[in-house]
Amino acid sequence: MKRPSLKLSTLAPHAALLPMAVTAIVAYFGAALWTLRISLTGSRTFPSGSYIGLAQYQRLFDNERWMLSLHNLAVYGLLFIIACVTIGFLLAVFIDQRVRGEGLLRTIFLYPYAMSFVATGLVWQWLLTPGDGIDGAVRALGLGGLSGFSFDWIVRQDLAIYTVVIATVWQASGLVMALMLAGLRGIDPDIWKAARLDGIPAWRVYTRIVLPMLWPTVATVLLLLSTAVVKLYDAVVAMTQGGPGTASEVPTKFIMDHLFLRSNVGLASAAAVVLLVPVLALLAPYAYARSRKEAA
Amino acid sequence: MLGGVRRDPGAAAIGAATVGRAAALLAAALAFAPAAQAAPRAEVIHWWTSGGESAAVKQVALAYRSLGGAWVDTAIAGGDQSRAVTLNRIIGGKPPTAAQFNTSKQFLDIIDEDMLEDVDDIARRDGWDRTLPQPIIDVIKVRGHWYAAPMNIHMQTWLWYSKPAFAKAGIAHEPRSVDELFAALDKLKAAGLVPLAHGGQAWQESILFTLMLSNLGGRDLYLRVVRDRDPAAIRSPALRRVLLAYKRLHRYVDPAAPGRNWNDATAMVIQGRAGMQVMGDWAKGEFTAAGQLPERDYGCVPGLSPASPYLVQGDVFVFPRTADPAVRHAQRMMARVVADPAVQLAFNRLKGSIPVRPDVDLKRLDACARKGMAIVQDRARPLGVMEIYLTPDQNGALQDVLTSYWNTDMPVERAQASIASALRY
Repeated sequence: MKRPSLKLSTLAPHAALLPMAVTAIVAYFGAALWTLRISLTGSRTFPSGSYIGLAQYQRLFDNERWMLSLHNLAVYGLLFIIACVTIGFLLAVFIDQRVRGEGLLRTIFLYPYAMSFVATGLVWQWLLTPGDGIDGAVRALGLGGLSGFSFDWIVRQDLAIYTVVIATVWQASGLVMALMLAGLRGIDPDIWKAARLDGIPAWRVYTRIVLPMLWPTVATVLLLLSTAVVKLYDAVVAMTQGGPGTASEVPTKFIMDHLFLRSNVGLASAAAVVLLVPVLALLAPYAYARSRKEAA
Repeated sequence: MLGGVRRDPGAAAIGAATVGRAAALLAAALAFAPAAQAAPRAEVIHWWTSGGESAAVKQVALAYRSLGGAWVDTAIAGGDQSRAVTLNRIIGGKPPTAAQFNTSKQFLDIIDEDMLEDVDDIARRDGWDRTLPQPIIDVIKVRGHWYAAPMNIHMQTWLWYSKPAFAKAGIAHEPRSVDELFAALDKLKAAGLVPLAHGGQAWQESILFTLMLSNLGGRDLYLRVVRDRDPAAIRSPALRRVLLAYKRLHRYVDPAAPGRNWNDATAMVIQGRAGMQVMGDWAKGEFTAAGQLPERDYGCVPGLSPASPYLVQGDVFVFPRTADPAVRHAQRMMARVVADPAVQLAFNRLKGSIPVRPDVDLKRLDACARKGMAIVQDRARPLGVMEIYLTPDQNGALQDVLTSYWNTDMPVERAQASIASALRY
């Protein structure tokens, strides 16, 4: 009588996971394969079956805006991740000092994350508009009069992409703080006691002992931030619309523009496939690390 | 402006008049209609959501309802969004009865897929071949059939200027050539004003280029570059001159321009902070909403020479193919409403555009619209905006180059090479 119940207990979780698995296979793999197929056709408004080989990819890498978008994504991604992790970790350490009003501070730091990227983008667009916002406030205070203060990054060709970094870091570092803080709270208090007995300064405990122990949390944070980088779209649309000119264009905006606005499904699909490559490159080491961990 | 329909007694009066006239004019049409079991139901997708726009489309809805039809309004904010919904619903097999597109190649692919009904009967009845400007015919007539009912004619490159600003800068008369335009801009700059109100978005930069290409380059160069995509014309010294003049306008723009919306730029002219703006005639609605009158508070210049091209764009309704005779009946009724002179007049008065037919009461249009009506009667002057000749894709690629050239210190030769490469596909 034991056997069937054992079988049922192993089957039930699989049965419960089945809908999710089907959704993932059909919706994600299916859509990815479909996109790959369309990227090899000459589709315009509608998906068509006229294969033209790799012509769309050739055209894509001949496109100045696409190349600029990739470059912007690399610059943005690097700065965004470094800034988020640094600020998020420092905020977490700061709150971990058992400061008064911790609950309030935590809420304040995490609050930006509750806002959509569009709202964040619009707010920062107003703050950064030359003549208004920060620029105007500093001048109104009379601080900028002598030194000729101006904060016009959002309309500068070479600096506009950094304003997107500022706005999105403001939004996302609170989440990093929350995750890091959870990690810090999971550290055994005995380690701290031992370190104190040995007279090790707190900053060294953080960098040499606590941070390595937090590695799983850091990996999660990096994965979350990396996907946010690749997905970057709404903040750019709300803040700069890719401008001035094409200075802050990003790949997802290229894809969306060509998918709908410019009725070139083929080229948009090729761009989407190219964008899938860094995602896989990010995901592969993570999956590898996990599989090793499971094997161990 | 979004959402809030202005309660305007004038509009209501026009509405009532429209209904009356439309009912009288179209009573005959109704007589031939099959004894309708239910009211012909038209679901119409459009993106006319701002105050003036929704007041305008309401005139069409009122006229449709006055014929006994049921109008289901599917307004979707934003042209891109709206067109994406229409295309998705056509592909998905649940198309709307009628849908708005710009007068352009946006719907050419749907025609090629044989997914639109024609409106040949109304085109023949109203003699569209004779009355419509050629650029509109070029996009709605494909292989001998008419696939869209035009609602209006917009002109993209009007020069709007503030009368007080011109007076302050000591500009005696409206600019009548490109040289006079730059002279006026210099005077405005000297008077301490923002000479050119500009919204730094790719499509608005493309309007400035269109102004220069059509007025300085002329009709032939315009067609060789935009319609024929002729590499020799693109690399010619003539286009080089056009590009340099376009870039020269950048000196007259304020530093906060990038990303600005067009109506915020118009507001600068309305307030007299800026001298002029180049924008389509939808800008007129902003002046009207601010209580300003043409020729009193602001001026409108249709071109920079006596025979300047009139850059036509506008909106049309298309009718997705259907097997249901009831839907087909609703579509025909809708097409007749759109073409009706009274509806044309009521709609375009509120929209800022001009009617697509010449036989409307000119006295009921404002001064700027009357100028436009007079120009389009000369069949040599209308010229399509770039979207009429280019696919959305080519047009987008061209805009990418133009906005890069405007915003960076890209050399003019490189801009020419990039345009040639953008228009190669």
